[in-house]
Amino acid sequence: MSESLLINICIVILFLPLLGFTTVVLLGKRIPKLYLFEVAILGIALLLSIIVAYVKLSFYNTKDIVAAFTWITMGNAPSPGAISIELGFKIDNITVLMLFVVNLISFLVHVFSIEYMRGDKLYTRYFAYLGIFTFSMLGIVLTHNLLMMYIFWELVGLSSYLLIGFWFEKKSASDAAKKAFIVNRIGDIGMFAGILILFTQYKTFTFDVIYQQIAAGNIPFGSNAWLTAAGILIFMGAVGKSAQFPLHVWLPDAMEGPTPVSALIHAATMVAAGVYLVVRIFVMLTADAMLVIAVIGAFTSLVAATIALTQNDIKKVLAYSTVSQLGYMVMSLGVGAYAFAFFHLITHAFFKACLFLGSGSVIHSMHHEQDIRNMGGLKKKMPVTYYTFLISTLAISGVPLFSGFLSKDGILAGTLAFGKLTGHWLIPIIGFTVAGLTAFYMFRLVILTFHGEPKDHHKYDHAHESPFVMAAPLVVLAALSIFIWYTPNPIGASDGWVLKNWIKTPTQVVPLETRYDFMKPSTEEAKAEVHGEVIHSVEYTETMHWAHYPAMFLSLAVAGLGILIAFMFYQWKKLNADKLAEKLKPLYNFSLNKWFLDELYDMTAIAGTLSFSSILAWFDNKIVDGIVNGSATVTRFVSRMSGWFDTFIVDGFVNFTAFFSGFVGLSFRRLQTGKVQTYIVFVIFAIIILLMFFKPF
Amino acid sequence: MIGFPILSLITFLPVLGMFLILFMKKEQPKSIKYLTLGITALQVVLAVILLANYNYASAGIYEEKSFKFIEKFRWINISGISWLGTVKVDYFLGIDGLSMPMVLLTALISFIAAISSWTIEKSVKGYFALFLLLDAGMMGVFVSLDFFLFYIFWELMLLPMYFLIGIWGGPRKEYAAIKFFIYTLFGSVFILLVMIGLYFSATELMADGSKVHTFSLLALMNPANYSADGILSALNPNNLRLIAYIALFAGFAIKIPMFPFHTWLPDAHVEAPTPISVILAGVLLKMGTYGILRVSYPIFPDITRELMWYIGLFGMINIVYGALVALAQKDFKKLIAYSSVSHMGYVLLGMASLTTVGINGAIFQMFNHGTITAMLFLIVGVVYDRAHTRGLNDFGGLASQMPVYTGFVTVAFFAAIGLPSMSGFVSEALVFIGAFGVSSIRVLTLISTLGILLGAGYMLWTLQRIFFGPLNEKWATLKDLDKREYAMFIPLTIIIIFLGVYPSGMLDIMNSSVNSLVNFVTSLAPIH
Repeated sequence: MSESLLINICIVILFLPLLGFTTVVLLGKRIPKLYLFEVAILGIALLLSIIVAYVKLSFYNTKDIVAAFTWITMGNAPSPGAISIELGFKIDNITVLMLFVVNLISFLVHVFSIEYMRGDKLYTRYFAYLGIFTFSMLGIVLTHNLLMMYIFWELVGLSSYLLIGFWFEKKSASDAAKKAFIVNRIGDIGMFAGILILFTQYKTFTFDVIYQQIAAGNIPFGSNAWLTAAGILIFMGAVGKSAQFPLHVWLPDAMEGPTPVSALIHAATMVAAGVYLVVRIFVMLTADAMLVIAVIGAFTSLVAATIALTQNDIKKVLAYSTVSQLGYMVMSLGVGAYAFAFFHLITHAFFKACLFLGSGSVIHSMHHEQDIRNMGGLKKKMPVTYYTFLISTLAISGVPLFSGFLSKDGILAGTLAFGKLTGHWLIPIIGFTVAGLTAFYMFRLVILTFHGEPKDHHKYDHAHESPFVMAAPLVVLAALSIFIWYTPNPIGASDGWVLKNWIKTPTQVVPLETRYDFMKPSTEEAKAEVHGEVIHSVEYTETMHWAHYPAMFLSLAVAGLGILIAFMFYQWKKLNADKLAEKLKPLYNFSLNKWFLDELYDMTAIAGTLSFSSILAWFDNKIVDGIVNGSATVTRFVSRMSGWFDTFIVDGFVNFTAFFSGFVGLSFRRLQTGKVQTYIVFVIFAIIILLMFFKPF
Repeated sequence: MIGFPILSLITFLPVLGMFLILFMKKEQPKSIKYLTLGITALQVVLAVILLANYNYASAGIYEEKSFKFIEKFRWINISGISWLGTVKVDYFLGIDGLSMPMVLLTALISFIAAISSWTIEKSVKGYFALFLLLDAGMMGVFVSLDFFLFYIFWELMLLPMYFLIGIWGGPRKEYAAIKFFIYTLFGSVFILLVMIGLYFSATELMADGSKVHTFSLLALMNPANYSADGILSALNPNNLRLIAYIALFAGFAIKIPMFPFHTWLPDAHVEAPTPISVILAGVLLKMGTYGILRVSYPIFPDITRELMWYIGLFGMINIVYGALVALAQKDFKKLIAYSSVSHMGYVLLGMASLTTVGINGAIFQMFNHGTITAMLFLIVGVVYDRAHTRGLNDFGGLASQMPVYTGFVTVAFFAAIGLPSMSGFVSEALVFIGAFGVSSIRVLTLISTLGILLGAGYMLWTLQRIFFGPLNEKWATLKDLDKREYAMFIPLTIIIIFLGVYPSGMLDIMNSSVNSLVNFVTSLAPIH
């Protein structure tokens, strides 16, 4: 298969779901059966992506295939120079793996939803929204440049908004949708600013061109600090989308959406887009930026794990576990364990999708009961759901023979090596703690839901195993949570084809002085070979080897401990969880109320913005417009004054003149009596006066 | 050059229509409406013909020969009265990449507004006559290349606007109409003063070798045309160019409207009938920024370079302040009005960058804001027509009652938020790219990005308050869109999405002119 054909197939894969969306949106009302069209389209997309992945990984394993076209050109711009904005696709191993993961989970969720959503008022519309989501997500996966990444990034935000708020008549749903979009926008602003820095310097959005420039020593505004800033700012986008602290608050609320949506978007794919973004920009991250990323990832995983301990809503537990696992991936990238981060993204996608769909299956059969305190004993009623859920739980807890063990163990080894090399021991400590917490709360969830005695007998009696279209996706996903798909050696992820052949840690391009010491290539011939690429020092390779077994045993120990404690509390009731909660009341409340972060944001950022906007509105109305109206009033006053002046002074003078002449006239009228005698007397008097005056004699 | 006078036709066609309407019987409101619709539709056809015959390489700006569709002849010619010398005014029309998008926008928005005017029932004859006069005034502003002519059209459109708000408006229509009229007239006085100042400072070389004072914008751009003692001549050490620039800018800024001159806008919008709001937001506001680009920038390049930081500052204030005030509004229409203030801020910010990318983004934003905000005001009109209220808190749950309407609303709102795949995103992104590249306004640009966040805030909040949640029983009888309303929304939706996916369709039209403008304004040596 030629390269151009490969690219063309990818473009077809990208646009198929969009075709599904437009068709269903425009015609869905008239032809309700069209949802099957959307499902079929995803089936085709899945088949094509399997073909693409097979061809790419077997025949073009080390070659990136790129195709681009010019979207906007200002080729003759004098200032700030010619601009040409390209959009395009890049197919490398990571892309095809993601293509497969996204299409597979999307297809399974489509199938699952056929039954889960049946009877909904906007049933057909729902499938249209799944279509536009898949389109947007595939765009993120396929892009070869930052702008297109941002474009599809926002489109994913839109589809997430539409799907979270799908049941818009519920206030909580529309609140959650709005919150998700706005919180994500905060991260996006940072991401956009980072992109602006890079574009201003390099006049391109294309990843590879930017990296070549950086490798050639061309640094934004000539300063390493700007390079670090660009890295951290772009990472902010990931903080929003991948629900990292402090912007993670939207994800648990997003559970207001239909459960299959939670599985697809808010667990397996969209939230992984942030991690994918960091994977894409990994090579341009300086040590400082990476440290920030590692710390945020580690802290997020800890915060979320502590909250997940006490949640009672089955979806909330899973949501916080998602946040926590995403924190793991981000942390892993921050400590330089690139390949394991991406590997964990894939394994997590499968087992977390399985967990969410499993919870959907439970919720469906329990008539929309989500509180695990009202469940219990479902194991007997829903065996398929139970066993698939259990397998995924074993995977997320890091039990050997399951996929999660492979990727998680690698991440923990990476943090341990990082701790040894840089002295930041807190990060591995958090990493192992979270591993223990995860095992504990996940088994708490399993035990409370499926084991023991039913607590709500009415609902329990009506509970039933889900039909085939819902059970089949669970089985597929559970099967993918077993090690054999990734490596023949259940305790050695690096021996498997995924890490050995497919995912390779790329070489950093940032200037040497801004890298971690262990990420500088050794100058001697003894360059360390990690997964076939020269990137790390000998020291790092040795440390990774050193970390391998300690990390494995330690992670097994904490996971085992977590599972054991969960059984002690909830299965065997040797310990009493309620009493412990009572004893640690403040801590318990802190966890139950999610560290009070929502309250904090409500009181500070949201209340602050709203009251500031009210003040400004008052200012606008009273002051700015007040000046306008005031000057109108002043003008009117002045004009009234001049009117008065005009009437009484200017015109007054005129009138006075008239009045005066009138008065004079009136006075003289008296003289005109009409009697000749009087006139003669006047004339005589006049003559006498004249004679006296001129004295002619 | 002397071809078919298509620009005169597109400008005065509505005037012809106005006279026809004046001779029609007022008992035939239907035919009056159809006539208006026909005239505006013909205008759209003419605009498309203009576009089809437009040369994308036409730079225009300061060079007469690279304008397209030029019509030029001596209009007023009074030779030799005492010290004034020859007074001449040219009838000078032409189109370049700055005006082409605006002509298209004016034709389109007038057409949509004509459809939207179908609901007018009060004194139909007067309304549509004034409507067409307004249309002519707007078109005239965008095609004039003589300052005097420009000013006439600029003032011409004030009068119909005053009556359209003042007679067909809402409860406080007189207040709003007078405020609009006086405020804009106040700005026009400054423009008039500067125009006269420029007239006496510059002369144009005539074919017969004589030098005559001129109103030609192109002649006024050429520094060689200024006399050493002109008060607005750069050669005069005591010139008043800075003051003149600020005065001219203020005159245009009132129309944009730029903070702090914006308060007439919410009042005018709230009181104006829907189609007039559509025209006001869709076209009229663009005249301010168009005037700055057409007149202020190339005639005063020196001062423009000096003051660009301040233009950027006001752009930023418009963006952030407008968005914050919008957030606090409780009236749907007022909220959209303030969102206009915010979105016009992007135009100012892009203009302040003095780069091709930024100014391309600014003009593109003018066009996109025209289409998107027109759609937003139509949306307000639809719900106001049915419910007779615009209070954001009076609604709830309309999405289940009016699903198609909600679909268009979602498109328009997300376009206003700047969602990629819609035109607003591209223009805002170009503005940011252009402005961020200029180190002096980089910080302003970063602060302006807050507008993206706040915009999402007030838009989504509005969407939630009006359309989501349980249906308010009061509105259980509201009907979804009818065919006429489809006819308004569908073209706008198509344009918004088309230009979001294929922005080059518009950007290529303006690119060479913007290049030429940027070159002209930024180069220190005269280009002529």
